[in-house]
Amino acid sequence: MYPEEYHYTKDHEWIKVENDEVVVGITDFAQKQLGDVVYVELPQVGAVFEFHQSLGVIESVKAVSDIYSPLSGEVIAINEELDGSPEMVNEDPHGKGWIIRLKLRDETEIEKLMSVSDYERFLEGLED
Amino acid sequence: MIREPLIFEISDEGKRAYALPKLDIPEKKDVLQDVRTRKDIEGFPQVSEIEIVRHFTRLSQTNFCIDIGFYPLGSCTMKYNPKINEKIASFPGFSHSHPFSPEELVQGNLEILKTTEELLSEITGMDAFTLQPSAGAQGELVGMMLIRAYLEEKGDPRKIVLIPDSAHGTNPSSAHLSGYRVQEIKSNEQGTVDVEDLVRAMNDDVAALMITNPNTLGIFESDIKKICAIVHEKSGFVYMDGANMNALLGECRPGDMDVDVIHLNLHKTFSTPHGGGGPGSGPVGVKKVLDPYLPIPVIERRKDSSLYFNLDRPKSIGRVQSFYGNFLVVVKALAYILSLGPNGLKEVAEIAVLNANYLRKSLEGEYHLKYKTPTLHECVFSDKFQKEHGVQNIDIAKRLIDFGVHPPTMSFPLIVHGALMIEPTETESKKDLDLFIEAMKRISKEAQENPEVLKEAPHTSYMRRLDETKAARESVLRWRPEEKEAPQNKE
Repeated sequence: MYPEEYHYTKDHEWIKVENDEVVVGITDFAQKQLGDVVYVELPQVGAVFEFHQSLGVIESVKAVSDIYSPLSGEVIAINEELDGSPEMVNEDPHGKGWIIRLKLRDETEIEKLMSVSDYERFLEGLED
Repeated sequence: MIREPLIFEISDEGKRAYALPKLDIPEKKDVLQDVRTRKDIEGFPQVSEIEIVRHFTRLSQTNFCIDIGFYPLGSCTMKYNPKINEKIASFPGFSHSHPFSPEELVQGNLEILKTTEELLSEITGMDAFTLQPSAGAQGELVGMMLIRAYLEEKGDPRKIVLIPDSAHGTNPSSAHLSGYRVQEIKSNEQGTVDVEDLVRAMNDDVAALMITNPNTLGIFESDIKKICAIVHEKSGFVYMDGANMNALLGECRPGDMDVDVIHLNLHKTFSTPHGGGGPGSGPVGVKKVLDPYLPIPVIERRKDSSLYFNLDRPKSIGRVQSFYGNFLVVVKALAYILSLGPNGLKEVAEIAVLNANYLRKSLEGEYHLKYKTPTLHECVFSDKFQKEHGVQNIDIAKRLIDFGVHPPTMSFPLIVHGALMIEPTETESKKDLDLFIEAMKRISKEAQENPEVLKEAPHTSYMRRLDETKAARESVLRWRPEEKEAPQNKE
């Protein structure tokens, strides 16, 4: 279910490391909790975010939630297709439903994130 | 049930509601030649009078309102609106008075506004009120603008507004619109503000804390004085969202809790109609220090005791509404306050709390209650028990429609997954509460025995389940003639 090579946050974002860049999305658990996503508000390319700063907003039929930056860095690409097809976040959260691509500022921050087994344990511990 | 067509669909070329008598003078053509007339209302419906009357009467019959049944919408205080208030607001002296009338001719109406300001100040323990904002969210925005105006004048505008995760959803928007960055404060296991988290977050860059009390879980923030002290120590302001004031009326006053700014919703707490029956009114109360910044006009009394609109308030944030707020709403609220009096208002809060706790106690075993802390005027259940049978909060809410009940607030606050937020208000009798309890118990039983009946609910309403996702993703916001069908996506 959750890709082995990804890293995860307690806010249910995933990151995929590609050299000094990372792709960021929300996890399958997050998209299920949100329900049908109807709009994703993305930041501008070039914007710089600190760790845990709100970088965008996901709107679903149930709720409006912040997307938190899992690491600090600069936005080098956004998934523009989400503008017309927000349902990709539901359909393929770990792939085509990616949200942004960040240029990493501090690689050691990755170590603070959860591995897939940690994340799965974290999910089991979540009550209701 | 037959679907009611759109009015455009019942249109027939040439039909009209009335015919003018035949012209007995020479016709003058092109009288409107210099006037710009609209060319884009092609396909404008042409219907007879009886068709239009039936169309809108049938549509009105599909609506659910407080005059039809129980409306336990959490954090929204959908109480009954006594008809006497409507009667009073319809007196010609109120309903026919023109906003341009000279002040000396409408002293009585100014007195209504002034008296209401003073009574709201007394009820909340604040020093001054403005009745200008036309809804709760506008009240929030005005409140935050007052704080900003004060801080900017002191040369210290600050950047952050702290908001607990149990606050009303409009609070972050209002803070954001007034130019602040929102930082969330976590709730503790009791469902109240985590004071430690607040201490950590509070610093010299925090303009205000926006707190809803009682919060959206229905829980009273019993540390409120301590919370205000923490914020005040760093010279920040405490804004209280007063949408849940129904729980506190006559019992305690936000001003005495050291709150600096508060908004009220006359259309919730003070029984003026809500939603489509509105308009709303969201008065804002402040402590003395923010008084100079209140929006103009401010009603003041001259030495001869006559009232006037003071526009000469140099520190004011300016106008936030045309004229003087929603005047007739204020008339209704004043009628409500005066007809109940101090003891009556106190009783409102007590019965609202009693009713909510009666529901909570009666349903506690059937529905999961995440926070066990005592609650006031509302309580938040979740669908945790029913989820085991594949039933979600939306199925429960939709099924309630079949029992003649408006669904409660759902999936909010976000800290309770699958939330069902129920606020009965003081205007429901025990008999009606018992019918609701019975319906909720039956639904919980159906979840175990026959979940399909819930998944397909409602069975009795005019419309069944709407495709909310499609509606949000491909909004069609107005009818257009077919040949000019516009793209259905967001423009």
